[in-house]
Amino acid sequence: MKSAARVVAVVLALSALMLAATPDMPKFRWENFTTANGLPNDHVFCVLVDGKRVWAGTEDGLAKYEDGKWSVIRPSDGLAHRAVLGLALDKKTGDLWAATMGGVSHISSGRIDSYTQLNSGVANDVVYNVAIQGDFVWIATAAGASRLNTKTGQWNLFNERNTPMYEIWTYAVTAAPDKVYYAVWGGGVLEYDVATERWKDYNDPDGETELVVFKDQGLIHEITTSVSYVNKILWVATYFGDSRYDGRNWHNFLTKDSGLPSNFTNAVKAVDANRAWFGTDKGLAYYDGTNWSVYRPSLETGKPEMTVRDADGNVTNISVETAPAHNYVLNFDFQGDDIWVATAKGLSHGIRQK
Amino acid sequence: MKIRLIFVAVLALLPALIASSNSNSDKYLSPGELALSPDGRWLYVVCERSDELRVVDTQSGRVAGVIAVGHGPRGVSLSADAQQLYVTSSWTDRIEVIDAATRKVVRELTAGSEPISTLPDRTGSTLYVANRVSNDVSVIDLKTGDEIKRLTAGRGTSYLAGSADGKSVYATHVYPNLGAQRAPPESEITVIDPVSQRVSDRIRLHNIGGVFHIATSADGKLTAVAQLRPKNLIPLAHVEHGWVFGNSLSVFGEGLAGVVQVPLDELERYFALPYGVAISPDHSRIYVSSAGSDMVSVIDRARLATFARKNTNFANDLSASSNYVVARISVGKNPRGIALSSDGKRLYVANRMDDTIGVIDTQRNSVVSTIDLGGAKEVTPIRKGEQIFNTAKYGFQGHFGCANCHIDGTFDGMEWDLEPDGFGIDVVDNRLLEDLSGTEPFKWNGGNPNMPTECGPRTEKYFYRSQSYNDQELTDLVTFVMAQPFRPNRYRLPNGELTPAQERGNAIFERTVDKGGKPIAERNQCAYCHSGPKYTIRQSFDVGSGKPTDRSPLVDTPQLNNVHMTAPYLHDGSARTLEEIWTVYNPKDTHGRTNDLTKDELNDLIEYLRTL
Repeated sequence: MKSAARVVAVVLALSALMLAATPDMPKFRWENFTTANGLPNDHVFCVLVDGKRVWAGTEDGLAKYEDGKWSVIRPSDGLAHRAVLGLALDKKTGDLWAATMGGVSHISSGRIDSYTQLNSGVANDVVYNVAIQGDFVWIATAAGASRLNTKTGQWNLFNERNTPMYEIWTYAVTAAPDKVYYAVWGGGVLEYDVATERWKDYNDPDGETELVVFKDQGLIHEITTSVSYVNKILWVATYFGDSRYDGRNWHNFLTKDSGLPSNFTNAVKAVDANRAWFGTDKGLAYYDGTNWSVYRPSLETGKPEMTVRDADGNVTNISVETAPAHNYVLNFDFQGDDIWVATAKGLSHGIRQK
Repeated sequence: MKIRLIFVAVLALLPALIASSNSNSDKYLSPGELALSPDGRWLYVVCERSDELRVVDTQSGRVAGVIAVGHGPRGVSLSADAQQLYVTSSWTDRIEVIDAATRKVVRELTAGSEPISTLPDRTGSTLYVANRVSNDVSVIDLKTGDEIKRLTAGRGTSYLAGSADGKSVYATHVYPNLGAQRAPPESEITVIDPVSQRVSDRIRLHNIGGVFHIATSADGKLTAVAQLRPKNLIPLAHVEHGWVFGNSLSVFGEGLAGVVQVPLDELERYFALPYGVAISPDHSRIYVSSAGSDMVSVIDRARLATFARKNTNFANDLSASSNYVVARISVGKNPRGIALSSDGKRLYVANRMDDTIGVIDTQRNSVVSTIDLGGAKEVTPIRKGEQIFNTAKYGFQGHFGCANCHIDGTFDGMEWDLEPDGFGIDVVDNRLLEDLSGTEPFKWNGGNPNMPTECGPRTEKYFYRSQSYNDQELTDLVTFVMAQPFRPNRYRLPNGELTPAQERGNAIFERTVDKGGKPIAERNQCAYCHSGPKYTIRQSFDVGSGKPTDRSPLVDTPQLNNVHMTAPYLHDGSARTLEEIWTVYNPKDTHGRTNDLTKDELNDLIEYLRTL
C-alpha cells in the first residue's frame, strides 16, 4: 500500500514536472469559415486584417468580413480577376491592393481601379503578391517585379535585364522603408536596397539540389515562396525548409531538426526578430525563438490537434477542441493576439485563449 | 465666298491680335473664387489672371489690399481662426500661406499637380489640397509643412468642403472617372475622414461628368454639389429639351432620400455651367451660380424636399425646377465662386469676366451693389473672346457654351456622338485646347483647316443650333482659343533634362529601324507623324484605329502636348490609357512599329510621351 502510494506520488511528480516543462505557447479557439457560412469559396489564398475588418482573397473573389457579415468583390465590380492571390494594405491611405490572376486591383473605399498588362505598365497579368513601401506599390508577377509610383503613375519593371534575377517568376514580396525582398520561385531571394537602388540576390549555395550540404551556409533552397522582413531580420519560406538571415548569418529550419511540421512551406511571417509563424502543407506553426507549436486537424484522425515542441525536442500534445479549417496553410495575418489563417479548405479565425 | 474672305482676314490678323491682346492681359483680374472673413468684413478674392489675392472691405465696397501670389491662383480658404489664408497657385503646384493681418505671404507649401482649392481643418493642424492634374487630395501637416499623404480622389479633383460637424471632408472633380468606352459618365464625391485621414466613402454621382463646388449648411443638415449631366452617348440631334447637358445639383441631407439630382433648367431656358454653391445657415435656401448664364438661382429646400418626396428620378425633368427654384438673379459675366455672410443676408458673387463682385441681398434676392475690383475697362479682342468662350448665350435657349465641354479651357474627358448621323456613328474624343497654334487642321478627320472654321459655321450648325457669332465675335473667340497657353508639364525634370527611362523612350520615339534591324517605314515612325514643335505633322493617316462605325479610317494626327492628362485616347476615346493604344489597338503595327518592343520598352516610350 505504501509502495503503491509512492508510485502514484512519483508518477504525479513526473507528470507535474512534464507539464511544468511544457512551454507556454499560444492557444486558440478556432472559428472556421467556409462557403457554408458566408465565404465565396473555400480555397483561400490570402488574408489581411485591417482593424476590425478582415479581407480574404479566395478563388472566387475578394471577401470582406465586417460586423459579422461577409460581402464579396468580384470582376463584375471591377476586380481584375476572381482569383485573389495576395493582399497589401497601404497603412497611410487605408487603400487595399489585391494581387490577382488577371492583374492588380487598387481598392479604395469602394472604388476599384485595376491595372493589367494591357492597360498599364505592369509586367504581367499573373500577379502573385503585392507590397506597399511609401508611395510605391511593389508587385510580384510571373514575368518579374513591377513597381508603381502612385504619385507619378510611373512604372518600373525589374527582371533579368536589370537585376540579378535569373528566374522571373516572382512569387512573393515584402517591403520595408529600407529594403524590399522578393521570393523568386526557383531563383532564391532578391533584395532591393532603397537607399542605393541596387539589387542583390541570395541563393542556395547547393544550387537547385535538394541536398543540404552545409545546413546554415546560406539560403535553404532556390524555390522560395514567401519572405518576411521585420527588425532587419529576413525570414524566407521555401518548399524545402525555411531560413532566417540576420544580415550576417543564416539559420535554416528543417523538420528533422526543428518543430516545423513540414519543409513544404507556403508562407512565413515574422512577429519580431526571433518569433515567426509558418504556413505549411501540414499545418500552421509558431516558433518563439526556442519552442515550436503546431496547429492543425490531425493528419491521421482529422481531429483538432496542437503540439508543442521544446528546445530539447520533447513533443507534447495539448488538448484542444478546435483546429484550423485545414492543414494546408497558405497565408495568415494577425489581429491583436488573434490570428486569421487562409487554408485550402476555408478561412480560420484563431481566437487567443488566456 | 464671304465666309472664306472673313476667315482669311482672321487668319492673317491672328498673330497680331494675340500679341496685342497678350500685351494687355495683365490688366485683367478674372476673380474666380472668394472667401469671407467670419465677421463679414473682409472678402478675399482670387484674381486668376493677375496672379493676385485682392482684399475687399465689404463695408466700404473698396479694394483694401493687393497681395501678389504665384501663377494661376485658383482657390482661397481661411484657417478656422481666420488668421491665415491659403491660396493655391495652380501652375506652380504651391500653396501660398498668407498672414491675414499683415497680408504678407509667410510660407509656401508644396502640393500635388495643379492644386485648385484648399481646406484647413478646424484644429489648424492639417490642410487638404485638391489637385486637378494628379487627381488626388494632398494631406499636409501644417506644423511641418510636409505633405504626409495623397488620397486618391476623382479625376480632375478640384473642390473641397468640410461638413459642419467637422467629421467629413468632401472633394469633387471636374472630369468623370475613366470607365468603359461609351458608358455613362460616373463621378463621385470623395469623403475623407479627418481623424483617420483616409477616404471613408465615395458617394456615386451617376450620369455626371463635371462636378464643381460643394457646400454644406452650417447646421450640417444639407449638402449640395454643382454639376453637369452630359448627354454624350446620343447624337447631338436635339439641343432643345436638355438633350446636350442637364445643369443640375446633387443634394443630400435632411428630408431627402439619398442623393437627389436636382435640375436647374427650365423647359425653354437653361442655366449653364452650375459652378458655385452656398447654403443659408438655416439650410432653407441653396444658392447656385451658373457660370455660362450669368445667373444665380435660389432654391427653397423645403419645397425641394416636398417635391422630391412626391417625385422620384426627376433628374431630366425640365419642368421640375419651377417647384423649388424661387428666384433667378441676374449677375455679372461668368459668375464663379460665391460666398455667403454668416448671417446669410449677403451673398457675394465673383463675376469673373467683369472683374467685379456682385453683392446680393438675400432677403430681396437682387443685386444691391457691385464692387469694382479695379480691372481694365477696355475689352480687348482676347478678353471679348474669353467672354464668348465662357458664355452659353449663343447656344439655342442658352443651353451650353464652349466652356461646358472645354472645362477651364481644357477638355471634359468624354467621348461625344456629336453629329446627327445615327447612334454611335463617328464618336469622337474631346481634345485639349492648349497651345493650338501650329496644330491645324482641326477636328479628328482633319476637316476643319483652321480655327475660324472649327468655331464658326460648324459650331452654329452642329452644336448650338442657332445663329451664333457675328464676324467680330468669331474673330475674338478664335483669338482667345488660339492664345490658350501650354500648362507646365509635371513630368519634365526641373532642369529640362530627361530621366534615363525618358531618354530610352525618346530613342524609341525617334528610331528609324526596329529591333530586328529592319528599317521602319517613314509613316510608321513615331517621330514622323508626331513631328515638329507640337508633335503633329498636321496630316491625316489611317493608323488602323478606325472602327466600322467611323465614316473614314483617316484620322488627324493629334498634337501630343500634355498628352499624359488627356485620357482617353485615339480619335474615339477607345484606348483608356496610353498603353492601350499599342497593347490593344495596334495589332498590325499600323500605328507605329511597336510590337517588337518589350513591356519595359513600351513603358519607357510612355514615360517619354508624358514629358511632351
